Amino acid sequence: MRSAGEEELADLLRASIAGDERAYAAFLENVAARVRAFARRRMALGGADAEDIVQETLLAIHLKRHTWRQDAPVLPWVFAIARFKMIDAFRRSGRVKEVDIEAFSETLAEPETESASSRDIGRAIEALTPAQKAVVSSISVEGCSIADTARALDMSEGAVRVAFHRGLAAIAARFGKS
Amino acid sequence: METDDLIKALARDARAAGPSLAATLAGALLPALLAAAVVFFAVLGPRPDFMAAAATPRFLLKFVVTGVLAATAFACLPALLRPGARNRAMPLLLLAPAIIAVAVLGEFAAIPRAYWAARWIGTNNLVCLASIPLIGAGPLALFLAAARRGAPTSPALAGAVAGLLAGGIGALFYAAHCTDDSPFFVATWYGIAIAALALLGAALGRRLLRW
Repeated sequence: MRSAGEEELADLLRASIAGDERAYAAFLENVAARVRAFARRRMALGGADAEDIVQETLLAIHLKRHTWRQDAPVLPWVFAIARFKMIDAFRRSGRVKEVDIEAFSETLAEPETESASSRDIGRAIEALTPAQKAVVSSISVEGCSIADTARALDMSEGAVRVAFHRGLAAIAARFGKS
Repeated sequence: METDDLIKALARDARAAGPSLAATLAGALLPALLAAAVVFFAVLGPRPDFMAAAATPRFLLKFVVTGVLAATAFACLPALLRPGARNRAMPLLLLAPAIIAVAVLGEFAAIPRAYWAARWIGTNNLVCLASIPLIGAGPLALFLAAARRGAPTSPALAGAVAGLLAGGIGALFYAAHCTDDSPFFVATWYGIAIAALALLGAALGRRLLRW
């Protein structure tokens, strides 16, 4: 995966909001690499796990993507979300930590790859309602499509989409409250 | 879960973006005005001499200052709900306080000192303190509900501006009932009532607008 620039990311996100799944995956991969580099640098002194920050940020970006103005730069928006999620994670872990505003300028860092496997989001799936859990697990853990999931669970595709979206929102809400 | 799996999963949910934030906030405006109107007409209603008063500048000024407050707060709200957005509208929030400050200075010049205290205390300041939050409560609830679709990086500030907006709307309606038209009265008692809604909005925002 190569790193996309500001304009290219904005194009990808515009296409994503119009429903283009490929563009959206490409956008999220690029953003994940940038946020990972940003979070690792901020986490150098310990505290929350950088990959958890990456995942929480991706989830927040997903659920709040309508808060991006389609004519605005996309990276300040992405890093404002990442910074907010990082402060939230520090607060949860009981640490008081200044997150340097300079971190915003570090958006051109090289992508880094992830390592760990057991994640807060994975644990949060366990707390969903049975129907949401079945749908979210099928799509996110087993990698099935919406259509395959609908067939396997004997649901309509529309119902799968709704349960999936609500499940993601419920996972995100768990972080805010814990 | 691996991050790559999460990305694949989120991409499958690409279609569910929903209406824009601006549309959500605009959609809350009309119900908020309706909710305020219902409470106003059910509990208070316009003052008996409304038509005669409508020709006096002090009475009209109340609608100008409360209307300006509501309009500027509404203009400030969207950027507070967008992460990383620069909020150029924020200085406009000083407009309503500036208007009332100028009007207060004018009142000092226009009214003999002996009448200042009576104008300031007014005839029904407790009704004012109770009515503006009462009329504004519905709008505040509606704007906070709409703001939950946003992503405020300062939830308390976003809640406070929603409270100013609700307070401006509440005061705009209450002004039609209230017979105290002096800027002294408006600056003090309207000001306290609107500030109370802003504080309530901040406290609620801190809890409800987390994401």
